[in-house]
Amino acid sequence: MSASVVDAELLEVRDLVVRYPIRRGLLAALRREPRRFVSAVDGVSLSVRPGEMLAIVGESGCGKTSTAQAILRMVEAESGVVEVEGRDVTHLGAADLRPVRRIMQMVYQDPYESLDPRFRVRRAVEEPMVIHGIGGSKEERERLVLEALDRVDLSPPDLFVDRYPHELSGGQRQRVAIAASLVLDPKLLLADEPVSMLDVSVRAGILTLLDRLRRDGDMGVLMITHDLSTAAHFADRIAVMYLGRIVEEGPARQVIRAPQHPYTKALLSVVPKRDPRDRTEPQILQGETPNPVDLPTGCRFHPRCPVAEDRCRTIDPELHAARGAGEDHRAACVLV
Amino acid sequence: MSLLRVEDLHVRFDLPHGGRLHAVQGVSFGVDDGERLGLVGESGCGKTTALLALMGLLPPTAEVDGHVEIDGVEILRGGEDAMRPSRWTDIAMIFQGAMNAFNPVKTVGSQIVEPMEFHGIATGSAAKDQAAELLRLVGIQPSAADRYPHEFSGGMRQRAAIAMALACNPKVLLADEPTTALDVMVQAQILQLLVALTKELGLAVILVTHDLPLVTQVCDRAVVMYAGRIAESGPVDTLFHDPRHPYTRLLFEATPDLTGDVDVVSIPGAPPRLDRELVGCPFEPRCDRAFDPCKVRTPALMDVAVNHEAACHLNDATVMAG
Repeated sequence: MSASVVDAELLEVRDLVVRYPIRRGLLAALRREPRRFVSAVDGVSLSVRPGEMLAIVGESGCGKTSTAQAILRMVEAESGVVEVEGRDVTHLGAADLRPVRRIMQMVYQDPYESLDPRFRVRRAVEEPMVIHGIGGSKEERERLVLEALDRVDLSPPDLFVDRYPHELSGGQRQRVAIAASLVLDPKLLLADEPVSMLDVSVRAGILTLLDRLRRDGDMGVLMITHDLSTAAHFADRIAVMYLGRIVEEGPARQVIRAPQHPYTKALLSVVPKRDPRDRTEPQILQGETPNPVDLPTGCRFHPRCPVAEDRCRTIDPELHAARGAGEDHRAACVLV
Repeated sequence: MSLLRVEDLHVRFDLPHGGRLHAVQGVSFGVDDGERLGLVGESGCGKTTALLALMGLLPPTAEVDGHVEIDGVEILRGGEDAMRPSRWTDIAMIFQGAMNAFNPVKTVGSQIVEPMEFHGIATGSAAKDQAAELLRLVGIQPSAADRYPHEFSGGMRQRAAIAMALACNPKVLLADEPTTALDVMVQAQILQLLVALTKELGLAVILVTHDLPLVTQVCDRAVVMYAGRIAESGPVDTLFHDPRHPYTRLLFEATPDLTGDVDVVSIPGAPPRLDRELVGCPFEPRCDRAFDPCKVRTPALMDVAVNHEAACHLNDATVMAG
């Protein structure tokens, strides 16, 4: 692979750890019981290249949203490094952080909540430019607003600029939210469950839009989703998270067709397929994801793992290239 | 004869500012013992309203018409008096987000006992024993009956909600988006439970969801609703492999699939408003196969094969002949 500028990582995360303290009761504090923490993210490393879409997949509580929030510095990481375009942003102060935040934009799950109901579309899309002091004159900003609306297929833009969010459908609102990110010309878009609040008939439109934006503009996309089918369809690479760790990572097709980690295999087996003839025997894991306060010893998946061996109780497996799979397809399991 | 038979169901709401919203526009379907029927469509297509009408739980601003029979007994015509004996005992419902509907200050067990005592199914220790049995049936330790809802995980609360719905031994269970807020693994556990209930108790289940793959994996038959009407209904295999309404086909095409390499495409536009009279086919503005008659003539639901009906002019030789 050539080491050209285009191939350089846009986002590089190494050994990211995010922990949230648990409130102690008064009694516990008086007894000087040790402070306890939830390890939401426990040593996550990942990277996104320009024009690439990486999907982080996992169940609720696996740490996927905390990972995104730590990348954006909306929560502070306990340790680890976040590099954006080769620059360590982990310890930047507020003033230095602002230009970095401009190039990393977030698209939220709920377009009904993320848009201010009192703002017309024009103001919603213009506001980020005003905050970041870009876009030049009022006329220039107006042109950029219309251009952004056009890019998200709200065309003709004149028809939409004067509307309020309540006059738009869910899909149109999500497009406005994306347009409000695009005016800042971001290099990286973090999309947290961007379609899960939307109707089935419009989901594909939003996903196709994100797909086109990253292919046309060299923008990297980090998509967080619980839906493996969506990840399979749109992402280049998939990272599967379980209890704060990435347990498997690789090219989307390979992860879907030749999953290595027992958790990924189970997860794939329970995804409902469109074709009734594809009904498979779901491999249903018993119980639910354990509480991240009391993590299991060894491999954190071993209590629910259908193929766990004795050594899994003690060995905490690292992410490594899976035998028989490509170099870039890694899993954290002693059996692969 | 079907266990539950719904015939020409209409629901109209009086709107606060005048006008009426025709939410359910003549819907007919039936379910048999042990059968799993899917009811699918986008938000606002009338699927939840139809279920609430079957339960007699719509607000007074709603006007409900049609026939609903359980074991041949009409329950809709007689109004609330005819409905009350059936509600929960013949036909029960798990509401969307039911796992969040428990009373937080009462134990889960006491909330399962409550409907039994109210309906005179069992009282005292007999009711407690039955509640324990129900909890075991849905995969919860009976000892958990003394715990409070907040001590349960989301998946356990949904199981408990199912146990509560089954408290009075209903024949039909209406499940409105029972897994939307749950993770895939927990979703799979709940669906497995619903399937087991139909097999072991002969319970009929109507699964309402916007998620087509859920229906194709779990149900025998499905009804696809659009704009308050049935667009198509039939065995799930037929709906996927031989859809006879463009809406059904497009809904499948809009759904990403793990194994599919075909592109997913969104359906342009949005469903029509239901507070005005619809002219022609309600799906015509969004349809990729629409032609002139669709604008002016409303297609009737007609048989296209055995157990397979669709409301589309493309299936109607007389319309196609012009």
